[in-house]
Order: sequence, then structure tokens, then C-alpha cells
Amino acid sequence: MPQMTMVEALNKALFELMAEDKNVLVMGEDVGQDEGVFRVTARLLKEFGPDRCIDTPLAEAAIVGTAVGLAIRGFRPVCEMQFDGFSYQAFHHTEGHMRRFRNRTRGRYTVPMVLRMPYGGGIRAIEHHSEAPEATYAHLGGLKVVMPSGPRNARALLRAAILDPDPVVFMEPKAAYRAFREEVPDEPETLPIGKGQVAREGKDVTLITYAAMVRPTLEAAEELEDDYGIDAEVLDLLSVSPMDTDLINASIRKTGRAVVVHEAPRHCGVGGEIIARIVEDSLMYLEAPIKRVTGYDTIIPFFANERTWMPDVGKVVKAAVETVRF
Amino acid sequence: MPRAKLEVPCKLEKLSVLDPDGKVDAKLDPKLPDNDLLKLYKTMWQTRLLDERCLHMQRQGRIGTYGPCKGQEATPLGVAYTLRKDDWYVPSYRELAGCLWRGWKIGRYMLWWGGHEEGSQIEEGVNDTPLAVPIASQCQYAMGIAWASKLRGEDTVCAAFCGDGGTSQGDFHEALNFAAVYKAPMVMVVQNNGWAISLPRDKQTAAQSIAQKAVAYGIDGIQIDGNDILGVIVAAREAVAKARKGGGPTLIEAITYRMAMHTTADDPKKYRSEEEVKAWEPKDPLTRFRKYLAQTKKILTDKVEKEIETQIREEIDEGVRIYESYELDQYAMFHNMYETPTPELRRQEAELRDYLENGRPDETPTEQSPTASERV
Ligand SMILES: Cc1ncc(C[n+]2csc(CCOP(=O)(O)OP(=O)(O)O)c2C)c(N)n1
Ligand SMILES: [Mg+2]
Repeated sequence: MPQMTMVEALNKALFELMAEDKNVLVMGEDVGQDEGVFRVTARLLKEFGPDRCIDTPLAEAAIVGTAVGLAIRGFRPVCEMQFDGFSYQAFHHTEGHMRRFRNRTRGRYTVPMVLRMPYGGGIRAIEHHSEAPEATYAHLGGLKVVMPSGPRNARALLRAAILDPDPVVFMEPKAAYRAFREEVPDEPETLPIGKGQVAREGKDVTLITYAAMVRPTLEAAEELEDDYGIDAEVLDLLSVSPMDTDLINASIRKTGRAVVVHEAPRHCGVGGEIIARIVEDSLMYLEAPIKRVTGYDTIIPFFANERTWMPDVGKVVKAAVETVRF
Repeated sequence: MPRAKLEVPCKLEKLSVLDPDGKVDAKLDPKLPDNDLLKLYKTMWQTRLLDERCLHMQRQGRIGTYGPCKGQEATPLGVAYTLRKDDWYVPSYRELAGCLWRGWKIGRYMLWWGGHEEGSQIEEGVNDTPLAVPIASQCQYAMGIAWASKLRGEDTVCAAFCGDGGTSQGDFHEALNFAAVYKAPMVMVVQNNGWAISLPRDKQTAAQSIAQKAVAYGIDGIQIDGNDILGVIVAAREAVAKARKGGGPTLIEAITYRMAMHTTADDPKKYRSEEEVKAWEPKDPLTRFRKYLAQTKKILTDKVEKEIETQIREEIDEGVRIYESYELDQYAMFHNMYETPTPELRRQEAELRDYLENGRPDETPTEQSPTASERV
């Protein structure tokens, strides 16, 4: 199996699906000639031509808005937002049409499209380029919100997202784009959207996370074992809407303790929802209050303070130890 | 009369005053005082040198991703020159020349590219807004700023900038439509530099020009040579005067060229040829202005040139020193969120302080705490 970065793995998924289904279109700013600012759409223009890999004028609202119409007519558009912070420019289409068409036409029209965006911080980018808006999208019924964490699951989930009959917001953690390689099988594979994975088994405390925070959380788990004798279980949710409630509860019932880790701000973040589900279903199994390690409820700072703002290994270790020592 | 030509009243012009050889059209020459010409030259050149310095510092990791403005100095500078101090200047991110003219400090400007919020803090007494990243979004608040002048009965004007790519955004159209409907004192300047990252201008709009979009809003439009500082000043002066007198907005399309990469994260070889870039070199706004001042006006002697150079290099060095001596406040993110911080923000700031000051818990082997049932 070839070793790939997440960028290469995502490109592989796009390439394969465009080859398999002529209704799959890729559209966005600089996705063709430039092959995407992160090169996720490499080779697509060359291989599939300008009617299927489309360099659009600079207008996110038009990209998403027209993709809704294309999807109604049977295409499967995969739209790229150049950065997370610019997906807001298309928000009225995402909210007002993309997620609603199935419901409002009582199933007559569906919108099987994917809204891809580079997600989160960690690459020293300028303002508006390091946003973590998953909770905003997860709050909207009708959308699925998928958050891969590594090359292999990114490829499998993007494939699943494009094949999905409903609109999927697909957030690609920039910090993981090129940070490491993984073996990615040649043959197509998918993962079920809405199912998470146990990234590390443990018995003392459950660390629940997703996207770029999976790696530092796993590192924290190693440190917890080595330095504190704590055996942490790590869950990688892979999707925050739908959310794998069963996976979370099964782990909590085993460990009785939890820390939620995400880089998005805390207030009304996905962590709050995770904790609510634990409290609803497994309150009596809890041995300690659940902690959150998240970005703060501020504007995501300019990059000089980005690392201070984001969760890191030490913050996760601290929260986990405090939870276990409670 | 069932079918006839629809007559649309409009004024659409093209203008250039100073040609690439530094020759001026005598009838159109704005006849600026020598002192002003030299000051403009100083700022234009300083912009060029500061831009080079920023590129250099980006390569050394001393600032972050940088968006150069080489070749695009004349338009923002010319527009800024026509504004009064109490007018408003609303840039996007390639309008450094005008920012310097308006009194922005080099050290602070570098803070923006260096990853510090303080880079967006506008100097006291300067009526400008910080760099705007979401393309064309600034057109909307610029219109609001212009509108406020009208509603308050002031005669101040707001000049706003965006790129050719920006003209595809709803924000651009909506702002101009509002400005036209409310006859707001706004001057909308589009720096058409031929490219929006990799997308060439002819794929951005099917229209022959960007200036002609003015017709649809019912306002005047003008296309100018954006590398010709004198032409920019002539066009901007008229637009500003008209806005100030209550005549409403003007759309100015300045034809220019981005001589460098989009940002330091971009590789222009992927989408445009070296020849295209080369072909723009003779039209450079700085060499053109220099020729005009040295050969036509004969006010830029070697001696003057040397003096200017020494001064602008010293100012840049000083700016870099100020930037690099900036002390990072790790808690800056919590400040200026609200007039009064919320209790939750205070709590989170304390949480961060505890972590930064005390680090991880001590490593004495962890005893499992009592279970909930043991505890009761
Ligand atoms: C709303 C929004 N979408 C996308 C981007 C990413 N982006 C930054 S600059 C740029 C191209 C802008 O082109 P243009 O308006 O012509 O300005 P130029 O960079 O040429 O000065 C793009 C797509 C952005 N900053 N904002
Ligand atoms: Mg441009």
C-alpha cells in the first residue's frame, strides 16, 4: 500500500470518483489550473477537463448556490471553499437551500453534494484562515458534518461523502494535511458516516476528540501512561453530525471518566453536545466531572498566539490527570 | 413603438496621463507642486522597498505569509493623495502605498503580517480601517462609513478598494447598489491586476471592462491606467470632489499588474507565463514616475534621490526594529472581546494562566480517586 499524506489521499478519492461517475464535478476557486491552494485537486483539470473541474469566479455564495441547482439536476458537485472562514460567505445557501431541499420538496429533490473546506488552525495563516466552524454546521439539521483525522480515513470518508445521498460538510484539518503519511489501500474503501473509532484502547479515562486534535490527544495518552500510570482510551469521532453516541457511551461505561478535546471554541461547541449525551445516557456511570479542553471563547487569534490558544498535549494531560485524580 | 434601443444614460471614460516613458499629456497634467511630487515619489519608493523587505523577512521566518504589492503602488497612493485627513480610506490588503501616505506606521503594519492583532490597531487620528481579508467584504462597511458622512451632514468621503476578483462577490455589487441608491460619498476603486490568484480577469467576468459595471448601478465609471500616478490622481480627484459635493459614488477601475506572487504561499508559475510578467516591467509605476521627475520635471537629481533613499531606508529599519522588539502578550486574545469581559472569559483566561505558569500536574503516581459510590 502506498504511503500518502492527507492531501494526496483526498486527491485520490476525488480522482477515483470522477473517473467512476461523470456526474461528479469539482468546483471552486483555483481548483483547476492551480490545482487548489493546498493541491487537493491536483491533476483533475488535466484528466477530466474544465467542465468537470471548474475554476469559478470568486464567489462562495455562487459556488454553493449553483451547486445546489446542479445537484437537483443529478450532478454530484464537490465544492471547495478555499478556507473555512470563507464558507460563511455561502452560508445562506448552505442553510437556506442545501440542507432544506429534500425536506421542503418532501423528497422530490435531493442535494447529494459535498462542501469541502480546509479546517482549523496550526499553519500560521492570516486572519479568517484558521476557523473551526463545525458546531455552526452541526447545528443545522439536514447536513452531515464529517471530520477526518488522517490520510486513510480522509480518503474513505470523502468517498462516502460523495456517494452519500445527502449534503455533507467535509472539514479537512489543515494541520494534518501534510503532517504525516499513512498507508492508503489502492482499492476504494469507505467508512460509514456517523461512526467513530477507538483510536487507542484504555480503561481509566476516555479522551474524546476528532480532526487535528486526534494526534496530540494520542500523544497525551502515551504521556499519561508513561508519566502518570493512567491508561487512557482515545475516541476519534470522525463525524460530529451524526455523532456516534453508542461509541461514546460504551467507552464511558467502561472508564467512568471523560475529557473532550476540540480546537473550536468551548461555548456551544461540539464538546457540550458530547457531554450532554453522556449525561443523558450514562450519568450513573460517571466517577468524575467531565472536562473540556478546547479553544477559548475568543476570536481565534492571529498566528503568534495560535498555539497558546489551541489545545495541546500538556493541556490534555493536565485535564486527564485532574479528572482521574478528582 | 414595440422595440427600440434602450437608452441608458451613463458616463464611461478611459484615462491615462503619464505614459510608460514618463511623458505627460500636458492638457491632463494635474500640475502638482514639486514638493508634493517628491513626497509621493518617496512614499512610492518606500512602499517598494518595504515590500521587498517583507518578502525577505518572510523567507527568513521573521513574519508569516506575505502578500506583496509590487507594481501596484500608484493606485492606492494616488487615491490617498486626493483624500483629506478626515476622509476615510478602506483598504483590502494590497494598498500599502496609500496606508503609508495616510500615516500608518511601518512597525505596526508589520505586526499584522507577523501574526499580531495589534497590526490592525489604527493610529489615533487616522480615519482608516484595517486590512480586510474576506474578499470584497470591506466594500459593505465602506459604504456604511460613506453613508454615515451623508447622514451626519459631513462632507467627508470614503474611498474603498478591492481587486478584480472581488468584483464577482455579492458584497461588491450590493455595496455599490446601496451607495448608488443612497448617493453616498463613496469612491470604489478596483485594482484590476489581471489575476485573482490563478484566475485571469477574462474568466472572472465576461464584461469587457469592470468600469462598465457602473452603468448597471446608475453611476459613473472610469477606467484608468493604474500604474500612472498622475492619471490616478486626476480620476480620483474628480470622483472625490463629486462625492464631497453630494454627487454620489464613482467606480474606478485601475488597470495594473501584480508583479510578484499572490502571496508567499503561491506559485505563479502554475498559471501564468514569465513573458506576461516581463511584458509588464516597462509599465512599472515607480520607474515611470522616476523618469517623469528626473527627465521631464528635472526635480529629482541624484543628490535628492540619495537623500530620499537614505531617509526611507532608515525609516524602514526603524519600523523593523519596532516590529521585532514587540513583546507578545499571550493573553491578548482575551482582551477587547467585549467592553467588559464575560465571567466565562475571565475563567478561561485564569485557566490558561494556570497552565502557562504551572504546567502539567506533578508526576507522583496517580491514585485512582474514589468511585462515586465510595464517595457517598
Ligand atoms: C471571501 C474570500 N474568498 C476567498 C479568499 C481567498 N483569496 C484570497 S485573495 C484571493 C484572490 C483575490 O483576487 P483579487 O480580488 O483580484 O485581488 P488580488 O489578490 O489580485 O489583489 C482569494 C480567492 C478570500 N480571502 N476571501
Ligand atoms: Mg486581482
